[in-house]
Amino acid sequence: MRKIGTPYLLLIPGMGFLLIFFLLPIFNLAQTSTQTPKDGGDTGQYEQTFRLANYADAIFENREQFGRSFLYALITTILALAIAYPLAYAIAFKGGRFKNVMLVLVIAPFFVSFLLRTIAWKQILGEEGFVVPVLRSLQIISESTTLTSSPFAVVMGMTYNFLPFMTLPLYASIDRIDPRTLEASGDLYANGFTTFRKVTLPLSMPGVVAGTLLTFIPAAGDYVNAAILGSPQTKMLGNVIESRYFRIVDYPTAAALSFTLMAAILILVTIYVRKAGTEELV
Amino acid sequence: MTGVASSARGDLKLTSVTKSYGDFIAVNDLSLVIPEGSFFALLGPSGCGKTTTLRMIAGLEEPTHGKIALGSTDITDTKPYQRPINTVFQNYALFPHLTIFENIAFGLRRRGLKDIDDAVNKALDLVELPHLAQRKPTQLSGGQQQRIALARAIVNRPALLLLDEPLGALDLKLRRQMQIELKWIQREVGITFVHVTHDQEEAMTMADTIAVMNEGEIEQMGSPAELYDNPKTAFVANFLGQSNLIKGTISGSDGDNHIVDLFGQKISLQKNRSHAVDNSILAGIRPEKFRISRLETSTSGNILTGGKVEDVSYIGVSTQYQVLMPWGQELMVFEQNDDGVAPFSVGEGVNISWEPIFTFALRGDEDAEAGTEVSPDEDLDEE
Repeated sequence: MRKIGTPYLLLIPGMGFLLIFFLLPIFNLAQTSTQTPKDGGDTGQYEQTFRLANYADAIFENREQFGRSFLYALITTILALAIAYPLAYAIAFKGGRFKNVMLVLVIAPFFVSFLLRTIAWKQILGEEGFVVPVLRSLQIISESTTLTSSPFAVVMGMTYNFLPFMTLPLYASIDRIDPRTLEASGDLYANGFTTFRKVTLPLSMPGVVAGTLLTFIPAAGDYVNAAILGSPQTKMLGNVIESRYFRIVDYPTAAALSFTLMAAILILVTIYVRKAGTEELV
Repeated sequence: MTGVASSARGDLKLTSVTKSYGDFIAVNDLSLVIPEGSFFALLGPSGCGKTTTLRMIAGLEEPTHGKIALGSTDITDTKPYQRPINTVFQNYALFPHLTIFENIAFGLRRRGLKDIDDAVNKALDLVELPHLAQRKPTQLSGGQQQRIALARAIVNRPALLLLDEPLGALDLKLRRQMQIELKWIQREVGITFVHVTHDQEEAMTMADTIAVMNEGEIEQMGSPAELYDNPKTAFVANFLGQSNLIKGTISGSDGDNHIVDLFGQKISLQKNRSHAVDNSILAGIRPEKFRISRLETSTSGNILTGGKVEDVSYIGVSTQYQVLMPWGQELMVFEQNDDGVAPFSVGEGVNISWEPIFTFALRGDEDAEAGTEVSPDEDLDEE
């Protein structure tokens, strides 16, 4: 009996933690999402009336922010993948003895606070930064165009902030590829591009899936980048939830939006993983 | 597909091929011709440059100098994917994400061939694993992966098939079985095989021609029998089997034979079996060519007297003796256990004799130990 019991004993701390800090809050959140303001009560006082229409109202009111959240997250994920793949490939195959140094450099930004890094981007893209004057002198942007408080700035900030989450899983799976399989591919009449398409990319798919998930999921729920680098026109769902909860103290709407966002991400991720699992994405 | 030099056929010709990495010369001014349809082995110890040579033929390394040609086509600067050459890699390098069928079909698909099912199935039949077509490589044993790697290369009917220590990872019994099978398959398909190995027995079992490589150069090239019976250098004499090399001087002539003085005892050596450049030689005799006899027994042929048995090892088919000679050298003698004569015992005085035609001679200034310090079963990797 003891032998069968031990694994379960080991599960208790983790399960207990999840029960108290995940399941109970979720339940609480679900409860809150269907409440309505108490008659004659103060601001922030709600009672349970099981009003499911809260969801329809919340989604309809914020459909624009919903769309924006997923659009920004999608663009961020694609950009991060485009930047991180060559980077991870270079570190894995060409890094040599500098491999570890390069990996440390990838995660080095984590030593600085997330907020500070995002504020730094505000300066980089601001009037006093070097980007705007250079782009203006090259006449890529007009004299009146600014880069801050724009969708561009929000997406750039997110891409930058989530890049390590894309790079590390990609590196881990590319580094596992036996370089001899790439030689074998060349030996079997595949040129460089075909070798990438038929061997390297399929073999690195686990990293692509993990990296895109680790980027897309937090990006879809992010509000810091939009708050610091954006404008009212770039509000994402995270910003709405934040203001509903902390400023307007509209708990039911905030809870309904949180739940909807969670469900939407869950559905998208399930479809994605299924497709990736059956190699349809390759 | 355009650009594939798949039409090139013929003998493989390496002309003064050199490969250096900085100061280190891996392959030094190597020239050789591998006739079309032959089973050719590049044999040598770790780091002798044999794998580098193979990789240059495959196009995976670029020679620093020299030319590689297939028939009349110069392929020195041709990309690997444009050469009608396929490789069986040392650790197989199968594609882990593809089924066995797709692994074998890979080369055919890349060349844009249609209706490849038949060819793939035939290749699977050839290696006797048709039932594994839908498995993934990780579900196969080492021996099975080896055969699939072979099928994946052969299915393309290349002008040249390169095998890089393909049997190195298999256990001894399976290795012997695959050696015979590889030889059979080579005859069956008629493709030129170039086989790289550090295992002299493997090379001798399979190849028509062996090139023994050492320190980036070819020491000697020939049929297994030629190399074994009449090695040109001490390295070849010691690396292919074992040899007794005894210092001596040519002291006279008798028709087609030299008279050789070995520490005061006269033996005879066929003139055409001597690779010496002057009178100072190393006389070589293979241990199994020796006969061992008690002092009072009379024997014919070349005789060395005054030996003393130092060590006796009975190993079933034969008995191996270490015999200490009067000049302080220990000679190895392998005696077949087929004559019913009681084995000699340690300390017994013996004579050693052999047929004069088995004597070969090397240059006297050679290192008699060359090629002995490398165990043929050492690690496989060169790089």
